[in-house]
Amino acid sequence: MAHHTLTPRQYLILALVALCAPLGDTCLSRGMTQLPPIALAHPATLVAAVFTPWIAVGIALLIGFFASYLTALSWADLTFVLPATAFGNVIVALLSRFWLHESISMQRWIGIALITIGVSFVANGPSLTERPQPAGEPVPEEQTQ
Amino acid sequence: MTLLPVTAPHPGFWTATAMIAAIILSSTAGEVLTAAAMKSIGDLDLIRAHSGLKGAIRAVLTCPLFFAGVFFLAAAFFALLFALNHMDLSLVAPASASLTLVTNAIAAKLFLHENVDRRRWTAAVLVCIGVYFLAH
Repeated sequence: MAHHTLTPRQYLILALVALCAPLGDTCLSRGMTQLPPIALAHPATLVAAVFTPWIAVGIALLIGFFASYLTALSWADLTFVLPATAFGNVIVALLSRFWLHESISMQRWIGIALITIGVSFVANGPSLTERPQPAGEPVPEEQTQ
Repeated sequence: MTLLPVTAPHPGFWTATAMIAAIILSSTAGEVLTAAAMKSIGDLDLIRAHSGLKGAIRAVLTCPLFFAGVFFLAAAFFALLFALNHMDLSLVAPASASLTLVTNAIAAKLFLHENVDRRRWTAAVLVCIGVYFLAH
């Protein structure tokens, strides 16, 4: 049985999953808070919001996230990939601390520690649930390690 | 930045709960369906190595489960946009992101039959609390 360890390329894809999602969400948040309130009765205004600059950049980043997320899901479990997504928040918080010199409260440091410990729990385990090959189905080609 | 955003009055408790529940439910359904679709397609890196990028894109776009997943993910996206327009990011982001981790672990166990062992449950709970603290 393969142990389902990841290749450097697969770690790179997980890094893209982690980075693109929080950066994209930040752009969306910035774009949406600059818009006037949108009512459910006028859904067209929500669609028009898509074409404002911050939201457009946010969507571009989220498309990058989605492509790498789909690739990751094709060779790893959902419960393995999702903590990687959450780890992106830690990277963004650390970037804001050491690059933008923003202060991080004790509560946020605790959050960073908890996410890091949680992700290390998952990362030390197998990336994919082992399943017996159903009879009659072609055996997929072995993945090169 | 000196821009002053125009924000809506804050919604009540039940309205806020409904907005966050809509994000969590649609996001969980979308992620589980997408994960099921990608598992049924197989390793995209291998498909791309054999059939090129077009082959990989074709494999994804010809999978009906993928579109079911995208439908719910799109619903979650618009639910998030709508909620961000009415509530602060400091409430929407931690509540939806952290709770989605737990609902996804439950859904992955139930529907995808993933081996969510003690290690993964611990990770889901730690990351859930961590995301709440970090984003709050």
